[in-house]
Amino acid sequence: MEYFFQQLINGLTLGAIYGLIAIGYTMVYGIIGMINFAHGEIYMIGAFISVISFVVLGTAGITWVPLALFIVLIMAILFTSIYGWTIERLAYRPLRGSFRLAPLISAIGMSIFLQNYVQLLQGARRKTIPPVIQGGFQLTEGGAFSVNLSYLQVVIILLTVALMAAFTFVITRTSLGRQQRACEQDKLMAGLVGVNVDRTISLTFVMGAALAAVAGVMVTLYYGVIDFYIGFLAGVKAFTAAVLGGIMIGLIEAMWSGYFATSYKDVAAFTILVLVLIFRPSGLLGRPEVEKV
Amino acid sequence: MTSIASNKVASEPGPALGAILREAALTALVAFLLTLPLVGLRTVESGGSVSLRTDFTSVALAVGLVFLGRIGMILNREGYPVPVLAVAIVIAVGATFTPLPGSLAYVVILAGSLVLGLQALLAIRRSRSTLSLQERDQRMDQIGAKVQQIAWYVGPILVAFAIALPMLPFADRGLLGVAILVMTYIMLGWGLNIIVGLAGLLDLGYVAFYAVGAYSYALLAQWFDFSFWLCLPLAGLFAAFAGLLLGYPVLRLRGDYFAIVTLGFGEIIRIVLLNWADVTGGPNGISGIPRPSFFGLPFDRSPDEGVTSFHQFFGLDYDATHRVIFLYYLILALALLVNLISMRLRKLPLGRAWEALREDDIACQALGINRTNMKLAAFMISASFGGLAGSFFATYQGFISPESFSFIESAIILAIVVLGGMGSQLGIVIAALLLIGLPEFFRGLEEYRMLAFGLSMVLIMVWRPRGLLAHREPSLLFSKYADRLRAGKPAGGAQ
Repeated sequence: MEYFFQQLINGLTLGAIYGLIAIGYTMVYGIIGMINFAHGEIYMIGAFISVISFVVLGTAGITWVPLALFIVLIMAILFTSIYGWTIERLAYRPLRGSFRLAPLISAIGMSIFLQNYVQLLQGARRKTIPPVIQGGFQLTEGGAFSVNLSYLQVVIILLTVALMAAFTFVITRTSLGRQQRACEQDKLMAGLVGVNVDRTISLTFVMGAALAAVAGVMVTLYYGVIDFYIGFLAGVKAFTAAVLGGIMIGLIEAMWSGYFATSYKDVAAFTILVLVLIFRPSGLLGRPEVEKV
Repeated sequence: MTSIASNKVASEPGPALGAILREAALTALVAFLLTLPLVGLRTVESGGSVSLRTDFTSVALAVGLVFLGRIGMILNREGYPVPVLAVAIVIAVGATFTPLPGSLAYVVILAGSLVLGLQALLAIRRSRSTLSLQERDQRMDQIGAKVQQIAWYVGPILVAFAIALPMLPFADRGLLGVAILVMTYIMLGWGLNIIVGLAGLLDLGYVAFYAVGAYSYALLAQWFDFSFWLCLPLAGLFAAFAGLLLGYPVLRLRGDYFAIVTLGFGEIIRIVLLNWADVTGGPNGISGIPRPSFFGLPFDRSPDEGVTSFHQFFGLDYDATHRVIFLYYLILALALLVNLISMRLRKLPLGRAWEALREDDIACQALGINRTNMKLAAFMISASFGGLAGSFFATYQGFISPESFSFIESAIILAIVVLGGMGSQLGIVIAALLLIGLPEFFRGLEEYRMLAFGLSMVLIMVWRPRGLLAHREPSLLFSKYADRLRAGKPAGGAQ
């Protein structure tokens, strides 16, 4: 039972990270109807920028953890957002209104490019940083197995909840959110009533990239190890998370690695994705789409 | 980044210098922010911890190049291509003789000035540099149509050239190796084209069938001592079965969901191959896969007792290239078989149904076409071609491991199909030559290969969104009749 609780906590943490990446997918998919294949790479870039910022801060002598964390978050969000914006501008905007597969192919190309770009510049070897936030609560005493909730996990879950709340606020309450929802329904009509469609789509990419950057920082802190290849798998899993819900996918992964062979945990996630898509093609909580002719 | 400079008053002579500089400076600022963390600050691992190495020269170089390039693009757009062309040439020549940090800088500068120079040249010829998306689509379609017309003559010439290739004087082992590689990808591209180009389904996991074919040959040969010729059809069958297994549940999904599920399937196959070490050898793969024989004549220098080898039978001196030439003809024959079958399939009701499904799913259903069966057929046929290519790959390499079947392979095959122009058989050949053959001759720049590959995928898509040679003419339309109508000739006129 204790073991189950431990895996539950780990799964929730993982799910929070996947959920943050997944938002970028769903937003972009909602607004321009394409799977942003390069989104996983954006997250990878976020992780790299956070490692670089940590090293810079270490050299500069800023060691007070909350301040360092804050600066790293800001840096990662800033630079990663610019990557998100540029990718949209260069690889997707010229293809708007083109045929359906073109932006997807362009996105796959962008993803390959970014992976190799980072590999060439930063080296193919894994980057490790020392743990920044240590310690935690011990939830159960005694027994064969004690359940731990680390401070880092608390930070990750709280930060995710806060970001989700802010994101929901932006989408439902602000003028930007209204514009985004308008573009999602009908870009032409939104343009006719004065919404700057290009700008809205750009901002959507920036928002998605910012959230992915936060996920990148979190994963750097959580595992302490990153390499240029983390983007691809995380991207696919986050897409799964977009369909199933981030928490779901985190739980599946944690439970599977807790009770079964770790090496097959991705197979489990994919299989469940396939099953869900087959029986509920619009996602676990989505409403079925009616096809109009 | 809207075109600030193009808002200038029309009567005003010369470009608005301030606006141009402002726009270029903005772009340069973005370039600066992009390159500052990843290019300017490089992480270096030393003894378990990470330290930083600064490289601000590259950042400055990148920012400067982007600034100049942006000015060049604006001037091209505004109708001053001549100075741009001159400056691009000067910079390209100058850069060649200047010492720069790293070979990448040379590549970037030369490629950049080449693109700008070409753009300027086009602008000089056409008196404007940019076409609208519709105009480009139209032009592309015209080119595609022309290519389709001349494909009748070019196709046989290409085939004849491919058959004659091993006999040409410059065909050494290295060139044949590249040719075999390109042929394999052409075959895979033609196979995938049935799903993507004809049936209009985006399959991101085609490499799974390739893997099934390769592993089924390797395993059958390892455990049951089956010969290549027996395994080849079996591999095709197994892959078709895998296509059936995957296809049946997922074909009800549409568009992007379908793409992701096929991607997931490809990854599942790879992870299983990686982890099921008892059977597949795990990450070590399977080595010592037997080579095919020429109607029972092996290509060994000194064959086993009682076995005549190829060179003994024909009374030739032993030459290792015999095997390579044989493998080359094998893959050529397989690829041509795939081509022939898919060309003929297009003429069958099945092929017509695919193309109709590609154009409109719902209309087809209304017409009473069983779309699940049609798509399933496309999936199985395409998968079996992938399986054939896979077993050829296994026998050619003699060694396979899960590493050869990663997602990137699927992406490359898909890129060949889409960049070539969906549904165009000749386009796939050209795309395979460009994407697979060309990089093989730049082995010195090996580390930049995938970088350039990804970038060229983006650029070709932005430049030609429908692929290099796309021309969508329904094959059932009375196309000659329609052409003649368009040309204003009477329909019944002499040919």
